[in-house]
Amino acid sequence: MTSPTSLPPGVTAAVLRVNGEDYPVVFPTHHTLLEVLREKCGLTGTKHGCELGECGACAVRVDGEAVLSCLKLAVEAQGCAVQTVEGLQNDNELHPLQRTFADFGAAQCGYCTPGILMVASALLDRNDDPDDAEIFEALSGNLCRCTGYHRIVTAVRWAGAMARGDDWRPPEEDFHGADSQAPLAERSG
Amino acid sequence: MVANPKVAALGRGLESEEEYRLIGTAFRRVDGRAKVTGQTQFADDLNFPRMAYVKLVRSTVPHARIRNIDLSAALAMDGVLGTLVGTELPDKFGILPVSEDEHALAVDTVRFVGDPVAAVAAVSEDIAHEAALAVKVEYELLPTISSFDEALKTPEPQMHDYADDGNIHKKVSLKFGDVEEGFEEADVILEDTCYFEGNTHLAMEQHSAVGVPEDEGRVTVYSSTQTPHYVHRALTKVLGLPASRIRVVACSNGGGFGGKSDPFNHEMVVAKLALKLGRPCKVTLTREEVFYCHRGRHPVLMHLRTGFTKDGSITSQHLRTALDGGAFGSYGVASTYYTGALQTTTYRIPNYWFEGARAFTNKPPCGPKRGHGTPQPRFAFEVHLDKAAHHLGIDPAELRLRNLQPPDSVTANWLRIGSIELGECIEAVVRGSVWKERYGKLPEGRGLGLACGAYLCGAGLPIYWNHMPQSGVQIKLDRSGCVAVFCGETEIGQGSDSVLAAIVAEVLGIELEDIRLCVGDTDLTPVDLGSYSSRVTMMVGHAAMQAAERARDTIARAVAAQLEVPETELVFADRRVFPAGDPDSGIDFSAAVVAAEARFGTLGTTGSYIPPRAPGRYRGAGVGPSPTYSYSAAVVEVEVDPQTGVYDCRHVWMAHDIGQAINPVLALGQIEGSIYMGLGEAMMEEQVFRRLPRRLSSALVHKMPSLLEYKSPGFHDMPRMTSYMIESRDERAPMGAKEVGQGPLLPIMPAVANAIFDAVGVRVDQVPATPELILKALEARARGRPARVGPTRFPKVDYGAPVEVPTPEQGGDGRAKHDPKHRGLRSASGTMKDREDALKERRSATLTTA
Ligand code: FES
Ligand code: FES
Repeated sequence: MTSPTSLPPGVTAAVLRVNGEDYPVVFPTHHTLLEVLREKCGLTGTKHGCELGECGACAVRVDGEAVLSCLKLAVEAQGCAVQTVEGLQNDNELHPLQRTFADFGAAQCGYCTPGILMVASALLDRNDDPDDAEIFEALSGNLCRCTGYHRIVTAVRWAGAMARGDDWRPPEEDFHGADSQAPLAERSG
Repeated sequence: MVANPKVAALGRGLESEEEYRLIGTAFRRVDGRAKVTGQTQFADDLNFPRMAYVKLVRSTVPHARIRNIDLSAALAMDGVLGTLVGTELPDKFGILPVSEDEHALAVDTVRFVGDPVAAVAAVSEDIAHEAALAVKVEYELLPTISSFDEALKTPEPQMHDYADDGNIHKKVSLKFGDVEEGFEEADVILEDTCYFEGNTHLAMEQHSAVGVPEDEGRVTVYSSTQTPHYVHRALTKVLGLPASRIRVVACSNGGGFGGKSDPFNHEMVVAKLALKLGRPCKVTLTREEVFYCHRGRHPVLMHLRTGFTKDGSITSQHLRTALDGGAFGSYGVASTYYTGALQTTTYRIPNYWFEGARAFTNKPPCGPKRGHGTPQPRFAFEVHLDKAAHHLGIDPAELRLRNLQPPDSVTANWLRIGSIELGECIEAVVRGSVWKERYGKLPEGRGLGLACGAYLCGAGLPIYWNHMPQSGVQIKLDRSGCVAVFCGETEIGQGSDSVLAAIVAEVLGIELEDIRLCVGDTDLTPVDLGSYSSRVTMMVGHAAMQAAERARDTIARAVAAQLEVPETELVFADRRVFPAGDPDSGIDFSAAVVAAEARFGTLGTTGSYIPPRAPGRYRGAGVGPSPTYSYSAAVVEVEVDPQTGVYDCRHVWMAHDIGQAINPVLALGQIEGSIYMGLGEAMMEEQVFRRLPRRLSSALVHKMPSLLEYKSPGFHDMPRMTSYMIESRDERAPMGAKEVGQGPLLPIMPAVANAIFDAVGVRVDQVPATPELILKALEARARGRPARVGPTRFPKVDYGAPVEVPTPEQGGDGRAKHDPKHRGLRSASGTMKDREDALKERRSATLTTA
């Protein structure tokens, strides 16, 4: 993509490929992918919590890899396939991760959710049966202030199972709490 | 289409006969789809044509008089549209009528590093940023106060033109019963001094607001706020416009936790700039600025003295607290009362003396964070009880069980207790953690700790005195069968939209898909006071039930006439209305609405809720009452490395007395989120400041205003969590449902400290309990000193003469002995009107300085 000479210095014109669609955009050259996605492409699903690479809220996928869009210049994304949360569903059908996050309480305020979904989808594309440690590792750059993380980890596992066609689902106690009357032997440890 | 796990939670331990259809099932939250597709619109996601971007110029010094603000360089920049300074908005605001001490932009004084001084609007955020840097402010430095102690020693110059005493903002002394006699009856008297460091909410969404000018001089403000109604009131005052010309819309909040429940400078600024420039104006704070907005947990030093009989009964308690409030009032007066008010709700304390004081300091203002003022004294109390248990040779769980406050009782400080399943909660976590077999018996380095807590299900009184509903719901129905529900409530992630929709759907026998919500909009929805004090399920729930029941009754009348059956026979379920005895003869819900619309004309109903009046009649009795209280108990298991003090939390067992879960998945999410946030506070989080060296201005600066340096737990830090919901419906609550958003946080901090003691035998009387502190205590023990770390002294504070209130047991009537009703509050600029007097004069909305 070359900039037309009539553009003022410090401004770039480019076509970004986002969610399989072309977005012709003109933006200050120093702007991050996060800023251009939100402000020029109108894709506000991608969030920000720091714009310094500290929270993971801005994660998107670039050529399949999860990246922090606040740390990547938009100009660097030229020629790449960018995917945001808006591109996760298939027509009107939710991605398994979107289903499990919505149904399992893995999104409370939902602000960290787009970033976590994108990192988790990259993980599941690599490995559709990750164990907890692998999920922790993949998501270690994402902060969530609402959920206490447990439901996020389980929702990722559940989505993996769905993608594999396995009928694994979270334990019943995750839906209605542990049984306070259960005999001790079952619950010690 | 969707694997929606409808797991019936009913039939487990419920006392009520009535079975709900939707309530208690794990339905997908009504905003769930929007949240996972990126469709939820948070404030910063809003864009309007010609929108300007606003940046605030914030003070770089902690306390100073403003000599001059030079805007010329900023105004000369290409793309700058306008500026704003404090003198353009001279009227003060603040969340509490008794402490309206904030200016939209500092008028003559700045009080902390980060205090907003001016604002610039420009065509782009980049230009606004450059222009803000180009604004030159000249300051005349004033002495600074960095702590409660310094405030005590520095009554002059006063930071504000009002305060109870110099720079001590608020002083409280409330004495219930015969405290001295109670101590005389005790076999053992224990004393503890504890410290709880300040910390902040750290919601992932940075605050954002957009002001939009509308026709006829109106303005709309979209904001990430938990309390649109209070923002509306503050804007009315600051803009000097009639309330009817201002509209506040609360966007979905990307987390709140109390951090978005004050009206903020930036909201006033974008409203004013929108009107001044005639174009939409947006401000989005940087993460650093969010740390300056703060309103988080007060740092509190506490001294607790409690008398026990040999068998562990509490005879008397004296609690003193010292709060470091930061630069403004915020919720501070309420926070001060809350450091004492709920101590009596868990265990029977027959005689109780609470003294509290809050200081002004040159730091970002503290306010309400999840648990508002109660986690600090709860920490002190539960650690204190653990020590008492060891002292008396009673198991810590047993000691608590012996002292439980009974249900349907009134406490010494005149709080009316509703249902209380704290005993059940304790037994659940004791059983779950195999406490009896393991407590005190685990190998060195591993330990268990137990603690409890209680919280409000909504504050009994509104923030400004009035007799209007604290929550209102309006329902519109028409022939489409769609039920539109209007309510001022605010979704901050806790699931309030889902609670509202589920209750209406339950009553009308329809599905969640049949309901459309319109919420958090001061033009379109009836007032709800906001998402704070865990009030939404209780108050919005009651109002929603009333509105829905009225709609049901109207429809039932029409259907009864059409089907020629008595109204009372009709059942609303499965989107149908039918006689109980003959379901097949019924009609669809939409046909039933058609019948009602034909018979009665356009349909609409309302519901409102006002909490019952609390029995306390003394000054200060307004903080603490609630329609009922939630209870929690936790056991925490830790593993501590005695060489380094580094520790890990392995497992948390949490039981919460919830009454009835509206949606168990959302409720468990609140419990788990509370455990998480509690662990953050217990183990690492601190909002702390340091004074720069003199050659660098001696400014008090935030040590770590960034997400990276402000340590909070990540995925790796989370323990295993086992959560129990003790469901025993409370008749005071809608559908029997009590709060769950805040209560479960309270036991975590003391349970961690108690577990550390069980693991390595040292007491950490301080939050956060960092490895450094543990190591310090271990070293102290090795040197033969007390195996403890924490504060050793409590400042000498003159709390003033106590308001003495006879307890219910003493035959009191809820009033103070020498009823100080007509004394009025002291204030430098005049006498504060007494609430009762003001009410008499029907000046209910103006309880500021007279
Ligand atoms: S906004 Fe990119 S990591 Fe926080
Ligand atoms: S759901 Fe709110 S921050 Fe994760």
